[in-house]
Amino acid sequence: MSTVLPILLEEVVFRPGGRRVIDGLSARIKTPGITALIGPNGAGKSVTLRIIDGLLVPDGGTIRFGDRPPSLVRRAFVFQRPALVRASVAANVALGLSSMRLSSSARRERVRNALERVGLADRADDPARKLSGGEQQRLALARAWVSEPELLLLDEPTANLDPGATEAIERLVAAIAEAGVKVILVSHNLGQVARLSEDVLVVERGRVVEHGPARQVLQTPRSTEARSYIKGELPWTLFAAAS
Amino acid sequence: MDALRRGFISLLLANLIAGPAVAQSQKFITVASTTSTEQSGLFKHLLPRFTEKTGIEVKVVALGTGQALDVGRRGDADVVFVHDKAAEEKFVAEGFGVQRHEVMYNDFVIVGPKSDPAKAAGRDVVEALRKIAAAKAPFVSRGDRSGTHAAELRYWKEGSVDVSPVRGEWYKEIGQGMGPALNTAAAQNAYVLTDRGTWLSFKNRGDLTVLVEGDQRLFNQYGVMLVNPARHPHVKVVEGRAFIDWLVSPEGQKAIADYKIEGEQLFFPNAAGAGRS
Amino acid sequence: MLQAFGDAIALLQALDRDVLAIAALSVRVSLLAVTFACLVGLPLGALVAVTAFPGRQAAIAVLNALMGLPAVVVGLVVYLLLSRSGPLGAWGLLFTPTAMVMAQTVLVTPLIAALTRQIVEDADRELGEQLRSLRLGLWRRATTLLYDARFSLVVAILAAFGRAISEVGAVLVVGGNIAGHTRTMTTAISLETQKGDLPLALALGLVLIGIVIAINALASGLRLYAMRAYG
Repeated sequence: MSTVLPILLEEVVFRPGGRRVIDGLSARIKTPGITALIGPNGAGKSVTLRIIDGLLVPDGGTIRFGDRPPSLVRRAFVFQRPALVRASVAANVALGLSSMRLSSSARRERVRNALERVGLADRADDPARKLSGGEQQRLALARAWVSEPELLLLDEPTANLDPGATEAIERLVAAIAEAGVKVILVSHNLGQVARLSEDVLVVERGRVVEHGPARQVLQTPRSTEARSYIKGELPWTLFAAAS
Repeated sequence: MDALRRGFISLLLANLIAGPAVAQSQKFITVASTTSTEQSGLFKHLLPRFTEKTGIEVKVVALGTGQALDVGRRGDADVVFVHDKAAEEKFVAEGFGVQRHEVMYNDFVIVGPKSDPAKAAGRDVVEALRKIAAAKAPFVSRGDRSGTHAAELRYWKEGSVDVSPVRGEWYKEIGQGMGPALNTAAAQNAYVLTDRGTWLSFKNRGDLTVLVEGDQRLFNQYGVMLVNPARHPHVKVVEGRAFIDWLVSPEGQKAIADYKIEGEQLFFPNAAGAGRS
Repeated sequence: MLQAFGDAIALLQALDRDVLAIAALSVRVSLLAVTFACLVGLPLGALVAVTAFPGRQAAIAVLNALMGLPAVVVGLVVYLLLSRSGPLGAWGLLFTPTAMVMAQTVLVTPLIAALTRQIVEDADRELGEQLRSLRLGLWRRATTLLYDARFSLVVAILAAFGRAISEVGAVLVVGGNIAGHTRTMTTAISLETQKGDLPLALALGLVLIGIVIAINALASGLRLYAMRAYG
């Protein structure tokens, strides 16, 4: 389905108020499949995800989706917190369709399908904010999925969830990728990264310090930054600076 | 969203439907008049009689005489019914009103504390004011360009008392209607010039009582004028004339004489005798 | 004071049709004014909340300041507009309930717009990124946030209604306090106070407070009920 690829980030710079959050980040992300972005807090993973989505506009560098204009690439974003409107479950999913011209019957049909895929079909008329945390995140996935994106961006989607709910989300993400949607996942859960992703980018201080197949990066990281992050160690430079 | 929208729409509908229930009859005139006629209850007594006879509803906006004349000048009333002869004649002379008819008079009284610290009680209004000024006893003035205010300033002038230097001392200008002036005087045990009608219907008298009355100079003439349709074409000439004609007719004059509070007549009709200027 | 309260309560028991008509007019005028103010103020406030434009902070400061518009000044401006000698004089609306609705609409629209701006901006902090990511246009984002914040907005609307029904300056100037026509609860209270009939003024005041409490209770009840349902 996807002809988008590869996603090319070249020397991307983002410096709000002069602070270099993204500092010459380059990457070539191939599709399809699931790509994970890992790295310490503040490294710029979430910002990178927002730049790919178009929520943030970089101050320098380029992003290309194959040879297609970015505005035509259908992208969807699921945030750590599901950000639901105080309305019914179905109305929240329908929000994902609001930029499309559809007949109301087609709209209803697509909402119903999306809810079925995430196992919430029987909750369509319930208030969205009354769902459990896991259900809310599945609803957020349905809202993203209903627009039939080519690219799905996930920012720590299971950070607030219990293991059962996390597993449900992982199964759904795997199914979405299986259906041909390119997925880029930011996660601190290395087990999750290992279970889901094919390749991993390690981001550190606004740059990609390592990019390779998941198994290789997680088990035998080449860069010192990736090694220390994966081992859960703080970089020694921090200590040096502090002492 | 729907519930909210439905709520708004039904609210709007309810309002619009409820609207006509309070709607006015087609024929009405707007009369700019004074607080003394409104607050004394005279209009509540007169207007139903007029409306019953003619089917014309009268909407009264009660202001000070000066403001009422202004409302007439701007064309915002059809008829002006006030009490300041000099200002009324100027209003007509400048072409804002058509013709002035005298309707009735009432009288002013000076009320003040029962203890009367200035020893002002008596018949002579000018003498009483001189004594109040000499004693520097607190005096409340309307200060609102009303007919009552104009009369008060005339009396001070006749007594050769200049109140401008003592403003804010014992002489207090409040810039409000008769009722607030009486409320202020009651609260401060001050002297105040008032029309008898408002005084009689006033309920918060405190320690105040009538001290000066009966002076010829205290008579207070009311006049009524149609706003000039040549200047303001929307003026309801027919209905406005009907109201004026009724006020000066024997029937209207009798209705004015009939209005009493606690057995006391408030307004004395004098249309026939006083003639028309 | 106690005496006045006693008299007031006795008067309330003998509430006559005049008082009911006056109360009905007060409620009708203020509800209509708040309705029109909502039609303008809700979208205006929401659009200011979700739009970035030069001078936005200044616009917000002005909007907030307008919440404190003096009622008498609003009344005076509307009076000058509607007077036969004013630009809209031909409409013949001065000293009518319509004029009072207009003046109160001017008075409370900034209140609704300013409170809406704050409430929607708070909602935007929570949902804005998600809505932009869903590629919603400006208008769609504004309406979605308005809908999301509807329970908080009820409070803003109640505040506007409270301001409208309790003000006396604007309705007195443009309505003229004409008995049976433009006399509202507040102008009647002011008139009775001037006549020195303090017990009656107080009785009318109690009725006005009662109306305000009843309408607030009704709205708050509906709001609580809806909040329980929608989270």
